[in-house]
Amino acid sequence: MSETQQQVEDLIQSRYKAGFYTDIESDTIPAGLNEEVIAMISAKKSEPEWLLEWRLKAFHHWQTLTGPNWAKLNLPPIDFQKIHYFSSPKQKDRPQSLDEVDPKLLETFDKLGVPLHERARLAGVAVDAVFDSVSVGTTFQKELEEAGVIFCSFSEAVQNHPDLVREYLGSVVPYRDNYFACLNSAVFSDGSFVYIPEGTKCPMELSTYFRINARDTGQFERTLIIAEPGAEVSYLEGCTAPMRDENQLHAAVVELVAREKAKVKYSTVQNWYPGDENGKGGIYNFVTKRGDCREDDARISWTQVETGSAITWKYPSCVLRGDRSAGEFYSVALTHNHQQADTGTKMIHLGKNTSSKIISKGISAGKSSNSYRGLVRMAKKADSARNYTQCDSLLIGKTCGAHTFPYIESSNPTAKIEHEATTSRIGEDQLFYCQSRGLDEEEAVALIVDGFCKEVFKELPMEFAVEAKALLEISLEGAVG
Amino acid sequence: MLNIKNLHVAVGGEEIIKGLDLEVGSGELHAVMGPNGSGKSTLGYALAGRDGYEVTDGSVEFDGANLLDLEVEERATAGLFLALQYPVEIPGVNNAYFLRAALNAQRKAKGEEEVDSMGFLKTVREHLKALNMDEALLKRAVNEGFSGGEKKRNEIVQMAVLQPKLAILDETDSGLDIDALKLVAEGVNRLRDENRSFIVITHYQRLLEYLVPDRVHVLSDGRIAESGDRSLAHRLEREGYAFLDTAEA
Repeated sequence: MSETQQQVEDLIQSRYKAGFYTDIESDTIPAGLNEEVIAMISAKKSEPEWLLEWRLKAFHHWQTLTGPNWAKLNLPPIDFQKIHYFSSPKQKDRPQSLDEVDPKLLETFDKLGVPLHERARLAGVAVDAVFDSVSVGTTFQKELEEAGVIFCSFSEAVQNHPDLVREYLGSVVPYRDNYFACLNSAVFSDGSFVYIPEGTKCPMELSTYFRINARDTGQFERTLIIAEPGAEVSYLEGCTAPMRDENQLHAAVVELVAREKAKVKYSTVQNWYPGDENGKGGIYNFVTKRGDCREDDARISWTQVETGSAITWKYPSCVLRGDRSAGEFYSVALTHNHQQADTGTKMIHLGKNTSSKIISKGISAGKSSNSYRGLVRMAKKADSARNYTQCDSLLIGKTCGAHTFPYIESSNPTAKIEHEATTSRIGEDQLFYCQSRGLDEEEAVALIVDGFCKEVFKELPMEFAVEAKALLEISLEGAVG
Repeated sequence: MLNIKNLHVAVGGEEIIKGLDLEVGSGELHAVMGPNGSGKSTLGYALAGRDGYEVTDGSVEFDGANLLDLEVEERATAGLFLALQYPVEIPGVNNAYFLRAALNAQRKAKGEEEVDSMGFLKTVREHLKALNMDEALLKRAVNEGFSGGEKKRNEIVQMAVLQPKLAILDETDSGLDIDALKLVAEGVNRLRDENRSFIVITHYQRLLEYLVPDRVHVLSDGRIAESGDRSLAHRLEREGYAFLDTAEA
């Protein structure tokens, strides 16, 4: 043990000697998790003392925790000491041009209609500096600044807006919240920061797509979005292209704060590498996402389309604190091959006349398992609060599974909760009908699935909806027949 | 147009069609009648290529091609259309979108350009109007919440849009009131021309009052038991299918 410790120390020393901040090629912290590694991450980012302390507090708490096992997931043990907690790919290890990128990946980009200059970036091509400097992100940055909107990487926010970060970080998802959120709090590498000032409607959809360093934010992202009273923002996360990732664990935390009459819409299209047909490889996606309707009449809406990851464990939630505040959750989760998803939402009604709506669409194909897990809690003071939940599962083939686990807790007799659930299979008659009109089998399945997901897709911003649809089609290739 | 020789079709291992011969020329309309269980719908499904309808013997030539070699969607693209007895619901899929997707899929397979959406909508609206259907049906999900009559008429709209070379109507008249029946018949008659053929599967003579078949066939126990002109339909109406037994005896 002490020997390993010594090795780490040595490594730290040698790294420092090599020049941590200048040499891009040595931009990796050795595998393992301990205080030194955390200190190194923090130092690497020139973080203020309080943030390092916060990370360490989280780490100490995490050491007392054991991983969750209540989800319907078959989760192999994770060796946290084998993971690199900070790693930027070396420039020279990356493909030098699109010619070196896996043609299958390029084919997918093509189908998704990803613009050419984005393809290189998404594929991790080492693009030259000139190309980088003309990023779309910087062009929009000016327009955003004029509106008073702050949209930057989390690391930049720590440097430039430390007071805001300090006030809100962990205020929605405290580091003690759960195992993976706690781990994230200790080791998070980067992420996004958004601040919308009072009464401001963000002039454009914000997207990680536009951000130049989105590719390298790593497996422990931290996103914080703050909407001041009357502010409105729509945020799009992730990219629709498959991100091949050699690392296994992805544990992000997203915190949303909506103050009085503020509206936050958060859309995700997630397509992490799901592993191959035999269930080998793929991402473990353990994400904690929570929005806090902190004041009256606030509104938070989550929309997600999830097709990736080997294992997904994710419950974007809303805390409806303010009176008349509203939370929405629209989800499409597709699993194929050996993928496992345990996903859903939590709607915590604290204020009076709060309302929430949950529309969950699960699609299972292959040998996959797809579970919806949702909690609706009506607190004592949540007079006349109401919830509507609709939870539909679609099965493709005979070897997959769909499960629904609704949890309802009501401490207020005036609260109204509705829950509807259906499970159906793509019918041979539907397929035949479509095919007899000229659609091939894949087109037919895509069409039926698209219809099944309609209610969720219509919540996505137009462009995203088109991509989400294309993504489902790609993910379902070979699902039947 | 269509030449069926010695067709045998089994469903779930049981032979339903037992050596059927039928030739339909270009521009002709043939009626296929027969008692329940005689294999009428099976014939339609087998020609359309539905899974589970296994052709165990015989040949089917369609417009110069071997129909049995083609996948379901290839048969559609080749110009075969089956109006289902029970049209299927597809929740969440907009009716107009479905039609356009089908049309474009066929055009794509033939190497043609996709249809322009404005022009497409205009055509579909005209077909709807001709069938006295509410335009709102275009925005509804395919067949979902449609009345029985609306579903049947929707099949005719699809047929009109897809412009097949051979349309097989499987009991499209059943469940229709007399007004709807007339509309459907008019819809079919509008499409009749020298290059398009029809096989009309029906129980009743009344649709044939409006459609005027070139030939009428009576299907019994998986074979054509009797063929004739439209007077055969009248005879069936009068005497029922009982005469088939005597004919065979």
